[in-house]
Amino acid sequence: MFENLSDRLRAVTERLRGRGRLTEDNIRDAVRDVRRALIEADVALPVVKDFVARVRVRALGTEVSRSLNPGQVFVKVLHQELTSTLADGAAPLNLRQAPPVIILLAGLQGAGKTTTAGKLALYLRERERRKVLLTSTDVRRPAAILQLERLAAANETAFVPPPGPESTPLEIVESALDSARRQQADVVIVDTAGRSRVDEALLEELKQLHGRLMPAETLFVVDSMAGQDALNAARAFTETVSLTGIVLTKADGDARGGVALSVKAVTGCPIKFIGTGEGSAALEAFHADRMASRILGMGDVVGLVEEVQRKVDQEKAQKLAAKVSKGQGFDLEDMRDQLSQIMGMGGLAGVLDKLPLPGVSADKLAGQMDGKLITRQVAIINSMTPRERRQPRIIDGSRRRRIAAGAGLPVQDVNRLLKQYGDMQKMMKRVSKGGGMKRMLRGFPGLGR
Amino acid sequence: MGADGRTWGSGLAKLYHSTMPPETTEAARPRSGFFSRLRDKLGGSRLAGALGLLPGRPLDDELAEELETELLLADVGVDAAAEIIEQLRRRGAREGFADAEAARSALRDTITAMLASHSRPLAIPDRPRPFLVLMVGVNGAGKTTTIGKLARRFTDQGLKVMLAAGDTFRAAAVEQLQVWGERNGVPVVAQQPGADPAAVVYDAFQAAQARGIDVLLADTAGRLQNKEHLMQELIKVVRVVRKLDPSAPHEIMLVLDASQGQNAVNQARQFHEAVGLTGITMTKLDAGGRGGVLLAIARQLDVPFRFIGVGEQAADMDAFDAGEFAAALLPASS
Ligand SMILES: Nc1nc2c(ncn2[C@@H]2O[C@H](COP(=O)(O)OP(=O)(O)OP(=O)(O)O)[C@@H](O)[C@H]2O)c(=O)[nH]1
Ligand SMILES: Nc1nc2c(ncn2[C@@H]2O[C@H](COP(=O)(O)OP(=O)(O)OP(=O)(O)O)[C@@H](O)[C@H]2O)c(=O)[nH]1
Ligand SMILES: [Mg+2]
Ligand SMILES: [Mg+2]
Repeated sequence: MFENLSDRLRAVTERLRGRGRLTEDNIRDAVRDVRRALIEADVALPVVKDFVARVRVRALGTEVSRSLNPGQVFVKVLHQELTSTLADGAAPLNLRQAPPVIILLAGLQGAGKTTTAGKLALYLRERERRKVLLTSTDVRRPAAILQLERLAAANETAFVPPPGPESTPLEIVESALDSARRQQADVVIVDTAGRSRVDEALLEELKQLHGRLMPAETLFVVDSMAGQDALNAARAFTETVSLTGIVLTKADGDARGGVALSVKAVTGCPIKFIGTGEGSAALEAFHADRMASRILGMGDVVGLVEEVQRKVDQEKAQKLAAKVSKGQGFDLEDMRDQLSQIMGMGGLAGVLDKLPLPGVSADKLAGQMDGKLITRQVAIINSMTPRERRQPRIIDGSRRRRIAAGAGLPVQDVNRLLKQYGDMQKMMKRVSKGGGMKRMLRGFPGLGR
Repeated sequence: MGADGRTWGSGLAKLYHSTMPPETTEAARPRSGFFSRLRDKLGGSRLAGALGLLPGRPLDDELAEELETELLLADVGVDAAAEIIEQLRRRGAREGFADAEAARSALRDTITAMLASHSRPLAIPDRPRPFLVLMVGVNGAGKTTTIGKLARRFTDQGLKVMLAAGDTFRAAAVEQLQVWGERNGVPVVAQQPGADPAAVVYDAFQAAQARGIDVLLADTAGRLQNKEHLMQELIKVVRVVRKLDPSAPHEIMLVLDASQGQNAVNQARQFHEAVGLTGITMTKLDAGGRGGVLLAIARQLDVPFRFIGVGEQAADMDAFDAGEFAAALLPASS
C-alpha cells in the first residue's frame, strides 16, 4: 500500500495523466483515494466527506492544459482548499479586555492542558510582557495542581494555590481572581481537569467555571494524535463553553494531525498555537500551509503544487492573452483565475494602475474588488456549474438565486459580479482595439515579456 | 442505515453525544455491565430495517459501505476496515445473510475472531519474583493511572505490590504515582527529579527483591515514538534491569489511548521494535473513542491485548475481552 499521501497523490497523478479535462468520471478514483488518505490522517469522516465534496466542485470547473495532467490540477486545488480552510479566521490571542484577561483551558484527559498553561504563561510573560497568574482547578487527578505549581515555579510565573484543601473549582477561581486584582495581574490562565465529552457532570462544572470567568479566550487543547471521535468531543466542548481557539499539542510527534481539520471544521475556531515538545518554550505559531502539507503526508507535494501553480499561471495568462487580443472568449473561469491571482498581488489597484484603459475608471473597478469582496466573488463563481462559467449568458434569474444560495450570499452580490464581468469584458474589447494589449498584459502575472 | 445516519455533523454525532450516560466519577460502577451499558446507550439502530436483505443474499453493496463507515468511525483504519468488509463479503457469498442484522452479527463475529487470538489476560505466574511490569507509551496515554489500577487489581489478588517512579522528567509525575501508592497501600520507590530512569528501576528491583515483593510496577515518562533519544533511554532501562534478572521486565506493557487514531499503529510498531512489547492496554474507552485501531494493530503485531481502561478510578479497568470489544465497537442494532 501507499506509505503516505505523498505516494498516494503521486499515484493519483499517474493514474490521471493524459486524461485531459477533469470530469466526474476521471476524478472519481482520485477523489476516492484522497478521501481514503484523509481518513488515514485521522480527519473525521464527516469532515472528509464535506471537504472532498467541496474540492470536487472546484476541481470539476477546472480546465486542464496540455503541460499539466488532471491529477496535478486536482492536487493543487486540494492543497489550496485545505490551507485556506485551516487558515480561516486566524487571529492572535485576544488580550484586549479589561485586565485581568482570563484564558481558560479545556480538553480531554491527557491532552496537554497543564503543560500548555505553563507554555502560555511563559509566552505571555516573555513575548507579550504581561504579568501572568496561573491557577489550576483540577481537584480530581492526583498531583495535577502540584504539576502546574511546579511548572509555574520553573517559569518564574506567579501561581495561586487553592485556598483550602477541599476547595471546589469555583472557590479556586474566585481566589485567583482576587489575587489577580490585588497583584494587578494582566492575565490569569486557568487550567482545568481533563474531561470526556460524555461526562455531563464535568461538562456542567466547566460551564459554571466559564460562566463565572467570562474568559477572553476559551481554548480547546487537543492532541495531534486524536482520532475520529475528536469531532464529537470538540462539538460537545464548544456547545458547552463556546470555544474561541484551539491549541494542537504533541505536534512534535509523527501523527499526520488530521484532527486539526476536524476540530477546525466543527468549532470554526482558529488554531492559535501548536505544542512542539514537553518543555515550556515548545509553543509555536500555527501555520496553515505546513499543517495542510502534513495532513496530506507530504513535503514534496508542496513543491509539486507550487510548480504546477507556476505553470498554470503562465498558461492561463497566455490563453487569456489570446482571448483578449481577439476581444472575445473571456469567461467567468478566466475571471476567477484573475481574481485568485489578484488576491496574491495586493489587490487589483496595483494592476490597473499600470494599464491604459480608455473610458474605464480604474479606481472604481478596483474599489469594487478588494479584500473580502474578491473572496466572495470567487465563492460565487465556485458555486456555478462549469457550463455557467463558460457561458455566463445562460445565467438567468433562477440560476442567480441558486448560485447565491450555494455561495451563502445575497442574490445582489451575484448580480454585481455579473455586472462586473460585463465591465471587464468591455474593457478587454477596448484594450484589444486600442492597441494597449502588450502593456496591459505586462500587468498580469505570468506574462513577463 | 437511513439518510439520518449519513447526515454527518448532526445525526450520528448528536446521537453519541446526547445518549451517552453521565459519568459518575466517584461511585464505583458495576464493572461487568460496562460494555452492555455502553452498547445500549450507543445503540439506536442506524441500520435496523433499513435494508431488508432477502434470506440468503450476499452482502449488499450499500450495507457493506455503511458497515465500513462504522468501522472507519471507530478508528479501525482504511486498510483494516477494507479487509474486514472483504471477509464479510466472502462469507456472504458463501453462506448468504438473511437480513441486515445477520450481516451485522457476522461482522461482529469476524471482528471477534480477529481479536480473539490477541486476547490474553495478564496473569502473574508463581515465578519469577519480583515480576516486573514496565509501563511504556506516549505522553498522556494513561500509564501512571493504569499502574494505579493494576496495583489495585494485584493487591486484591493477594499479591505484594511495589511501584517504581521511573518518570523522573515530567513535573509532579513522582507525586502522582505516590498518590496511587497511598490509595492502594503499596510502597513507592522514587529518586530525585531528573534521576536516570534506568537507575530508578534498577534500584527499585533490588529493593523489591530484598522485600519479597511479588509484582513491581515501573512507571516511565511519556515519550513520542519518533524521538530517538527517548526510545534509547527506554532501551537502557530494559538493558540495565536485565543485569539483575535476565528475564526482566516480565511484562512490557504499551498503553494506548482509545481517543487516538491511526498513529497508535506507529506507536505499537515502534515501541515493539525498540523494547519488544509483551502486552497492550487500551485506556479511556469510556471517553467516546472506540479504539478500533486495535484491529489494525492485530493484523500487524502478535502482541497480547491485556486490559481496557474505562475511567479514572482504581476500579475502572477490565480484562480485555474480544467479544465485548467487538460488540462495543459497532453500534448495536434494534
Ligand atoms: N511531546 C510533547 N508532549 C507534550 C506536549 N504537550 C504536553 N505534552 C505531554 O503530554 C502529557 C500530558 O500533558 P498534561 O499537560 O499533563 O495534560 P493534561 O491535559 O493537563 O492532562 P490531565 O490534566 O491529566 O487531563 C505530559 O507528559 C506532557 O509532558 C507537546 O506539545 N509535545
Ligand atoms: N476517562 C479516562 N481517563 C483516563 C483513563 N486512564 C487515564 N485517564 C486520564 O488520562 C490522563 C492522563 O493519565 P496519566 O496516567 O497521567 O497518563 P500518563 O501516560 O502517565 O501521562 P504522562 O506520564 O504525562 O505521559 C489523566 O487525567 C487520567 O486520569 C481512562 O481509562 N479513562
Ligand atoms: Mg492537567
Ligand atoms: Mg505518567
